[in-house]
Amino acid sequence: MRVPILKQGYYLIASIQSALSDEDLLHLRDDLVERVGRYRSRGAIIDVTVLDVMDSFAVRTLRGIAHMIRLRGAQTLIVGIQPEVAFAMVQLGLTLGDVTTALDLEEGLAYLNQQAEASRQHGE
Amino acid sequence: MANEKFVNHQEDTVPPGLTQAVVPVTSASDIVTARQRGRALAEQIGFAGSDLTVIATVISELARNILEYAKSGEVVLSLGQRGSRVGIVIVARDRGPGIPDLTKAMQDGYTTGRGLGLGLPGVRRLVDDFDIVSELQKGTTVTVKKWAH
Repeated sequence: MRVPILKQGYYLIASIQSALSDEDLLHLRDDLVERVGRYRSRGAIIDVTVLDVMDSFAVRTLRGIAHMIRLRGAQTLIVGIQPEVAFAMVQLGLTLGDVTTALDLEEGLAYLNQQAEASRQHGE
Repeated sequence: MANEKFVNHQEDTVPPGLTQAVVPVTSASDIVTARQRGRALAEQIGFAGSDLTVIATVISELARNILEYAKSGEVVLSLGQRGSRVGIVIVARDRGPGIPDLTKAMQDGYTTGRGLGLGLPGVRRLVDDFDIVSELQKGTTVTVKKWAH
């Protein structure tokens, strides 16, 4: 199933709805990287709340997405990693590297707004 | 090549008549099928919470290893019993090239593939029993067990 991507102001929100196959994840990557340019977005939030598994492929792909979006000039936030998923990731030694995370969508949006505010002030 | 065992495992008795799920692994979509079947079985057995996530993740990684190193194989999921404990038995087997150096393969951070799989050490940390038998040109069988609490 393709992950729907919503545009909200300067941000994109990819809200994962169900378990993802490897192919779905790669579609998500391609869609997000393309849309960041099309909508001139400053940030993308990937909501993984419904995922009950983040295996090595998922983690690697999410890291890749964040890196590609950074190269396109925007920021990526992963939100909604469940406690049991976090537990399994740590046991497995999977890390998201320097990808920013937030508790949930609300925190994620607040973070991006804060960043935008800070860069505006910095620019003045 | 010599077989190597990392866990001495006693024979576990499996109650007769219990269904076993065999999931063939030949494409990436089978990974999702395998872990969903495994999760469902684990729930039936009585696992809950983070155990379900751990079991699904382990199945995902083992199935991924099959695809990456052997192209095809199967994941067999079944109920295990040892004394009064019940658990899930996950067998991932393939007829691939086998693992040349098992000791190395069990070291953190070691990979001969594209590094897509997560490595067996991570899987071993997540389960109670871990057993691997690999023979060059014949294939690899990984058997893991997790007991319900």
